Amino acid sequence: MLINWFRFSSPVSFYPLAGSWSYALGALAALLAGAGLVVGLWIAPTDATQGDAYRIIFIHVPAAWMAMFIYLVMAGWSAATLGFNTRLSAMMAQALAPTGALMAAIALWTGAFWGRPTWGTYWAWDARMTSTLILLFLYLGVIALRSAIEDPRRADRACAVLALVGAVNVPIIYFSVQWWNTLHQGSSISFTAAPKMAMTMFAGILIMTAAAWCYTIAIVLARVQAIIVERERGAGWLESLIDLRAGGNA
Amino acid sequence: MAQFFAMGGYAWYVWMAYGFAAVAIGVEIAFVRARRKRAFDALRMSVESPPPRTPPIMRAESPR
Repeated sequence: MLINWFRFSSPVSFYPLAGSWSYALGALAALLAGAGLVVGLWIAPTDATQGDAYRIIFIHVPAAWMAMFIYLVMAGWSAATLGFNTRLSAMMAQALAPTGALMAAIALWTGAFWGRPTWGTYWAWDARMTSTLILLFLYLGVIALRSAIEDPRRADRACAVLALVGAVNVPIIYFSVQWWNTLHQGSSISFTAAPKMAMTMFAGILIMTAAAWCYTIAIVLARVQAIIVERERGAGWLESLIDLRAGGNA
Repeated sequence: MAQFFAMGGYAWYVWMAYGFAAVAIGVEIAFVRARRKRAFDALRMSVESPPPRTPPIMRAESPR
């Protein structure tokens, strides 16, 4: 089946699609998170060396992955903004930044509370921790830059440039544990080898990662709808889509 | 049950991590809901006919 994807580069046709996907994926995220918490907190066995402190992994790793991946997606939409000058791509980049910042903050926070019992410190200027902190600042920088520029189309382009320049940080985070031998350990999960952990632990991480994916897409679509309404107000097409009398939750 | 919440002596670390994540996600959902409501309210205001004129004295009594 041939789908004309450019059809959905217009906010008019994207808006209703975003609404239905947001609700479906939000519900799926709640189900997956419930299952992932049961597996992670009850079913998965206690770690032989770390005890139950390792259970932080079930939020730390998915949040850290999402923080990096959201940045790449945001940079991709930013490239589309600069290349095609499409409105929706800039709105998507705008909607992704707060959730990316949230995921980076969760990764840093849970990492601190995992590092204290296992490494003996909440924080160190380790390569991976520092580059993840920079990732959080990049997200906050994109958000702050947008709020500092009044004209939305100028803000789109300025934020797109910042997002693209900052993308160099993502491979630095990813490879930091190989390039520098500081505190943070190497990866326990890779695409090329069997995971170095019990199967139930691995399953818990996968389920929580799926939940984080669904949650991220759901919340970003919900936010991009608000952004579309904020920015396209007065364009005339919104009134026909949204049943204003019913509370406007189309 | 108490044994579960004790987390093998790591209760403070495990629940601080999980608690922060839960609160952060809850706050984000609340923020997005509020933003949607603001956006829809503004749209509704701009679509509907302008509000009926009120005498200045009444406006002064009820700010906003």
